[in-house]
Amino acid sequence: METVIKTSTIKDQLIFEFETSKLFLFGNTKLREQAMESFYKLGIPNYKHEEYKYTQIDVLLKGEFDFSANKNCSDEQIEHIKFLKDAYIVIIENGVFVEGLSNLQNLPKGLTICSLVDAEKSDSPVFEKHYAQYADVNADPFIALNTAMNKDGVFIHVAKNVIIEKPIHIIHVSTASQNTIIHPRNLIVVDENAQAKIIESFETIDSTAKIFNNALTEIVVDERAIVDHYKIQDENTRLKDGQDLGYLMNTTQVIQKTQSVFSTHTFTLSGTLVRNNLTIVMDGEHIESHLNGLYLTAGNQMVDNHTLVDHRKPNCNSNELYKGIIDGKSTATFNGKIFVRKDAQKTNAFQSNKNILLSESGTINTKPQLEIYADDVKCSHGASTGKLDEDKIFYLRARGLSPESAKKLLMHAFASEVVNTVKIEPLQEYIEGKIFKVFE
Amino acid sequence: MLSIKNLHASIDGKEILKGINLEIKAGEVHAIMGPNGSGKSTLAAVLAGRSEFEITEGEVIYNGIDLLELSPENRAREGVFLAFQYPIEIPGVSNVNFLKTAINEIRAYKGLEPMAAKDFLMMLKEKQKLVELDGKLTSRSVNEGFSGGEKKRNEIFQMAMLDPKLAILDETDSGLDIDALRIVANGVNKLKSKDNATIIITHYQRLLDYIIPDFVHILYNGKIVKSGHKELALELEEKGYDFIKEEVEA
Repeated sequence: METVIKTSTIKDQLIFEFETSKLFLFGNTKLREQAMESFYKLGIPNYKHEEYKYTQIDVLLKGEFDFSANKNCSDEQIEHIKFLKDAYIVIIENGVFVEGLSNLQNLPKGLTICSLVDAEKSDSPVFEKHYAQYADVNADPFIALNTAMNKDGVFIHVAKNVIIEKPIHIIHVSTASQNTIIHPRNLIVVDENAQAKIIESFETIDSTAKIFNNALTEIVVDERAIVDHYKIQDENTRLKDGQDLGYLMNTTQVIQKTQSVFSTHTFTLSGTLVRNNLTIVMDGEHIESHLNGLYLTAGNQMVDNHTLVDHRKPNCNSNELYKGIIDGKSTATFNGKIFVRKDAQKTNAFQSNKNILLSESGTINTKPQLEIYADDVKCSHGASTGKLDEDKIFYLRARGLSPESAKKLLMHAFASEVVNTVKIEPLQEYIEGKIFKVFE
Repeated sequence: MLSIKNLHASIDGKEILKGINLEIKAGEVHAIMGPNGSGKSTLAAVLAGRSEFEITEGEVIYNGIDLLELSPENRAREGVFLAFQYPIEIPGVSNVNFLKTAINEIRAYKGLEPMAAKDFLMMLKEKQKLVELDGKLTSRSVNEGFSGGEKKRNEIFQMAMLDPKLAILDETDSGLDIDALRIVANGVNKLKSKDNATIIITHYQRLLDYIIPDFVHILYNGKIVKSGHKELALELEEKGYDFIKEEVEA
């Protein structure tokens, strides 16, 4: 008689892992159980799920997965991903803060950087007040999963009136020898009238198996605070047999208070699947929010940017610009929601999504969604998808440029509008270099 | 330098050029004049290598090579330059970066090393003066937000930088005020030498007050119907294009 051994579904694996490990995880078990309950109801989204119909996460999460978070990296291995020389560097390896690999000597007064586990242990009132207060476990299954299962991450606190000049660079490193799912989580709190620049980069090194990174960052921007936030997603790991390894599910949840300024910049340069859920809640007046994004996709990549800007109070401005260049059989999705609530009079909200499709078999899905309940507002959105302009290519060729370099020059020009929004010069140079390589 | 024989070209099945014959030697300036729709800009576009036009008959020999066989970039690298009637705006690409790339690709084609940054900058400054182009414009994106006159001056500036053997100026005078016209003409005159040739395509005679042509040709309905010297342009100015139409149709 033949026995068929069926692998259990990913949902079952996650629930089983949670039940056996929950007592060993830091913090409030009740909170985790509630989150898991929510995941149980929501499940792993499939193509029928409106918010995930272009990003087939269920298809990718087939087979057996491991949930342990091993630490394997050495200093030498990660040296090259510490691309900012003058920065506070935080290493999160497979979802766990690794102090030994981080560079956090001589932190200035008013800046706290420690592991989430330590922050919880220390009974920090700031941590208590803000931890898991913003990303809604009932809104998204990956928020629920992260809230239930996260093991660690970084806690950053900038105290009132403190201006941190040096950027804080959080590097997420994934390494895996077997298919793994991790749920790193970060909490960043920038108090009243304080300022910080935060960079999150995502890298995969030395992996021999699939790694699904369900990362979540909550950012609190208090009154009159200024926060500049960057995400560099470059998890380009591909095995010799062509199998792709880097999957990134990245949730960024931001809450802004009165007169604060928050700018975020998302650069997606590689990765098999990248899904960004970016939500900004503007909970105060005279708030400014800037959302910039650039995605360069090729091969079989799937990149999906879902953004939500929630104007809750009057007199706030939001400005959103996402641009993409799509090649090969890749699929890029942009879904930009803007809510303008009834109270949010005198709102200015602008959104633009522009795409260049380089190949016949690439796909771009773009969907602006404006829901406006106030009557005295200025809102606009625009989306365009086109090829590289033949007239421009001809003009450049007529001056002696080959078609290839003409196209490259035009792609750089297209991307530069977003790259130029990067205010940290060495970071801008790094991104330019990366883009240059992608176009080669 | 350039020998055009019985050139026929059409677009979407419609014949525009109906047998052009033209001989140009090094050191010469030729003006091609004609009413709207006579095929002037088509001739310029065909020489620069626009792919929309189908060459149905004839040949173009440029310095011993079959020009029509070359890609647009190789024509440029061989020394053919077209000053566009409507220069294209390219946001995000700086003039300087664009010219550096162009010059170095042309040099690579000729088997030369890239130009040293210092030499490039010196040349940039020198040629900028020639067309009285503001330094701020050269560091901006190609033609983006330039006025009509600035765009045309930028074309001549590019021409000065690339130092072509055969320059084709397509309606470079259109939309220029008298000062811009003088500056553009002055630039062209200074670039003239015994080794290069210029084709000026124009509707009006006024540019020819500043750039004196050796030959004037009248293009009408896809053919050169009359050739002469600079006096022909003056006659045309005086009598208008109708006298040509009458002559041809008579």
